[in-house]
Amino acid sequence: MNGRVDDSFTAVIGLEVHVQLQTRSKIFCACELDPHAAPNTRVCPVCLGQPGTLPVLNRQAVRLALRLALACGCEIAPLSSFARKNYFYPDLPKGYQITQYAFPLARGGALEVDTPGGTRRFPLERMHLEEDAARLVHEGKGPVRIDFNRCGTPLVEVVGAPALHTPEEAAAYLRALRRLVRWLGVSDGNMEEGSLRCDANVSVAPTLADRPGRRVELKNLNSISGVRAALHHEIARQTEVLRRGGRVEFETRSFDAAAGVTRPMRSKEEASDYRYFPEPDLPVVELSPSELEDIGALLPELPLDLHRRLVRQWGISAEEAEVLVEERALAEYFQAVVAEGIDPPLAAHWVVGEVLHLRKERGGSMESFPVEPRRIAGLLRMLERREISTAAAKKVLVHMAATADEASSLVRRMGLQLLDDEGELEHLVDAVLLENEGLVEKYRKGKGGLAGYFVGQVMQASGGRADPQRVEAMVRRRLDEGGRQ
Amino acid sequence: MKGPAPGVEELRELLRQGRRTPSELVAEVLRRARAWEPHLGAFQELVTSPPEPQGASDGLLWGIPYALKANIAQRGHRLDCESRLLAGHVAPYDATVQSRLEGAGAVCVGRTRMDEFAMGSSGEWATSGSTANPWDPDRVPGGSSSGSAAAVGAGVLPFALGSDTGGSIRQPAAFCGCVGLKPTWGRVSRYGLVAFASSLDQIGPLTRTVRDAALVSSTLMGFDPRDATTLRDSPEKEGEDLDALLAGLERGLEGTTVGVPWDLLAGRLSEEVEIEFRRVLGEMEARGARLVELRLPLARHALAVYAVVANAEASSNLARFDGLRWGRTAAGADHRESIRRARAEGFGEEVKLRILLGTFVLSAGYHEAYYQRAQRIRRAMAREADEALGHCDVLAWPTTGETAFGRGERLDDPLHMYDSDFLTVQANLTGLPAIALPTGLSREGLPFSLQLTGRRWGEWELLRVARQVELFCDFERHRASLGPGGDAS
Repeated sequence: MNGRVDDSFTAVIGLEVHVQLQTRSKIFCACELDPHAAPNTRVCPVCLGQPGTLPVLNRQAVRLALRLALACGCEIAPLSSFARKNYFYPDLPKGYQITQYAFPLARGGALEVDTPGGTRRFPLERMHLEEDAARLVHEGKGPVRIDFNRCGTPLVEVVGAPALHTPEEAAAYLRALRRLVRWLGVSDGNMEEGSLRCDANVSVAPTLADRPGRRVELKNLNSISGVRAALHHEIARQTEVLRRGGRVEFETRSFDAAAGVTRPMRSKEEASDYRYFPEPDLPVVELSPSELEDIGALLPELPLDLHRRLVRQWGISAEEAEVLVEERALAEYFQAVVAEGIDPPLAAHWVVGEVLHLRKERGGSMESFPVEPRRIAGLLRMLERREISTAAAKKVLVHMAATADEASSLVRRMGLQLLDDEGELEHLVDAVLLENEGLVEKYRKGKGGLAGYFVGQVMQASGGRADPQRVEAMVRRRLDEGGRQ
Repeated sequence: MKGPAPGVEELRELLRQGRRTPSELVAEVLRRARAWEPHLGAFQELVTSPPEPQGASDGLLWGIPYALKANIAQRGHRLDCESRLLAGHVAPYDATVQSRLEGAGAVCVGRTRMDEFAMGSSGEWATSGSTANPWDPDRVPGGSSSGSAAAVGAGVLPFALGSDTGGSIRQPAAFCGCVGLKPTWGRVSRYGLVAFASSLDQIGPLTRTVRDAALVSSTLMGFDPRDATTLRDSPEKEGEDLDALLAGLERGLEGTTVGVPWDLLAGRLSEEVEIEFRRVLGEMEARGARLVELRLPLARHALAVYAVVANAEASSNLARFDGLRWGRTAAGADHRESIRRARAEGFGEEVKLRILLGTFVLSAGYHEAYYQRAQRIRRAMAREADEALGHCDVLAWPTTGETAFGRGERLDDPLHMYDSDFLTVQANLTGLPAIALPTGLSREGLPFSLQLTGRRWGEWELLRVARQVELFCDFERHRASLGPGGDAS
């Protein structure tokens, strides 16, 4: 499904994403950032806007924003500056927001996005730093309360060019941006908690028109699925208005996720005049070439670059590579296993399968995953040398997570060395076939699929110690022998 | 205890010799204040039990009493800027200048009146009451640092702090017969000063003498991690300690080049002010100074540029006074109405006028014609002044075109009121340091004042020239005749 509800109309979408930066303290004061702290316990005269206080820029916020800008290939401004955006609202204690306006930190660049049709580069207009406002807490019909803990959280606003055409592209763009900010350690990228917030500008015009349609801004988009749903609804709405010969109004609309519709918030006529002017309390932000070089040098390989390398150089399937680059810690774990000398496809298979499965069961992050790359490499090495079976290796891995033991000692202790003795294996195969005479008959009458069942039974009987390929060969040989008899 | 309080230097000496204790000095200040206040009205708050000085007795200002202008934060004290909108607001923190003074052992004894939010030139826009000129109770003390200038001019206190956005230290210093220094923008931390126009505001001392101004400034000046616009490195040469800098003030005027922009002054000075100014220039020349006439064609637009820039910034700086968090609150159906009512009821007329003007010059459609144009002229004005100071050591002109005007005279005539800042706003727009010092008395017994403008970060050179002028003017002899309830004549 694409955003063209009707092929004679085309939608143009631009996203503005606010990303909360993972600094330790706020952008203009030393208050600690802690989204889970009790309300109004991470505040000081500066972030409360007490008369007489002044902002001082947290350089770490600049550095984090620069990481993102460099990763997107933006042009970095050697000099950028802050301005005041003036408006009254209870969540804005100074009566203005400090933001970058005429001279943003970065311009241009692009976000690389994996789409079903291949990798696309969606151009960006700019990235700039600003401060977050306080949080308004609505509790039923009671008075609105204000929590200033969030006030002064550093944000980087990523302004995308109006270059997206479908809600699906918008969703893919957001997923890519979320992965990138997490990958770079710039933000936790959590949309539900508001560390990534998105406004969408969307206009619809006749496909053959030479002028874009009138822009509507959508707010209150709290999830990627919300963005997609809101855009679907809004594109359909605007198309319907145009098809009936009507006119789309410049306005801001709010998305009602429960009802799945957008509703008018304010019209262009009511739009504020923010009276921007240079912030006199903050000097110009100067970036030296060496500072930029240092930040650039610390950039990790980006997810899509790594993906390409995994597939092309290491022969890993695109699907497994996709999972590996979803999370930087996982990708690093995987690469550490490979660095121990394990065949990359085998390592990928195990990390994407067993390791992720085990982590999910245990909960917690990759960093706290108990089986270090070196230890799992020991296990996989035994597998590569055919010293244990895959089934046995899976059992061993579970024990490795619970102990600090090496794979080899666990295998020995658990008696899981591969069953190597030809006579012993034949004995197990015979026993299984004898127990299932009826099924053996069926097999011989043409139910070839039963072979797998017999193999499974033998594997079980061996306690997972047998090599399934070898068992399968033996089972087939025996069954086929018997058939000829 | 007869006559005015001794200045900072003299008090330091008395304390050092053990002839006075800090608490005796505070008690003397309070006695003088009690005698003067019924006529003067300089204070909005005075301590009742004098605090003990902090730190060791070798602190530079140990035991010296002072007062703060009502827009400078002092923990646990009201910070209302003489506005109804901030009535009852108590600062939860200290301004950096307050911490520095306390750290040097000085003792804060009170808070002085001012024009509301530092907007005014007469001290008459104050909610707790207006202040009189110590030299003539029917005259204004100037503003907006009216209480600080009046208290120091009267000799109640050895020094007080003021803030200067368009002349708010220098103009009242001129009217009240004291020394007022506006340092280079960025030389003294503004942390804790309730902002009027941030790119113009600067805190500075009001003192009796130039050497006192130097002593107090040396405590105030310096980098502050809480104010990103303060100068990080000291502009003084290494090894130049305070004693060396103070000794440097005594170097004479020989070889000093003084620039005088007569074109700027034409038609702007009263006859007596011009005569006094020429007399002072003559005395300087007689002592070896070289006078050069120069032109500052952009400076004549200073007041217009100031009106745009200062009000634009003020409209934004005063936005935080929405009645939702501190000071006056007003109930309304929703937050918009609450804010509207609090501001309508809380701000005075002059403040509202400036917010409206500032909002206008920043609004879409007028931004380029007013605000951006004013900023361009301002930058050119700074270049013009810096160039002039490339071949002059200081620029000289009177601080004001006339002596103190009568109380109530200009309340209904804002343009006439603004006009009294005509000669002071240039230093704020250019960021340059400027000092006002009293040179003599008019026939009516009102102080005349000379203004000197120095090079960026060149406070000590500026103070030196001022000190040399002070030496031959000997204004202190006039103050001896000042007393509560009367003028000097």
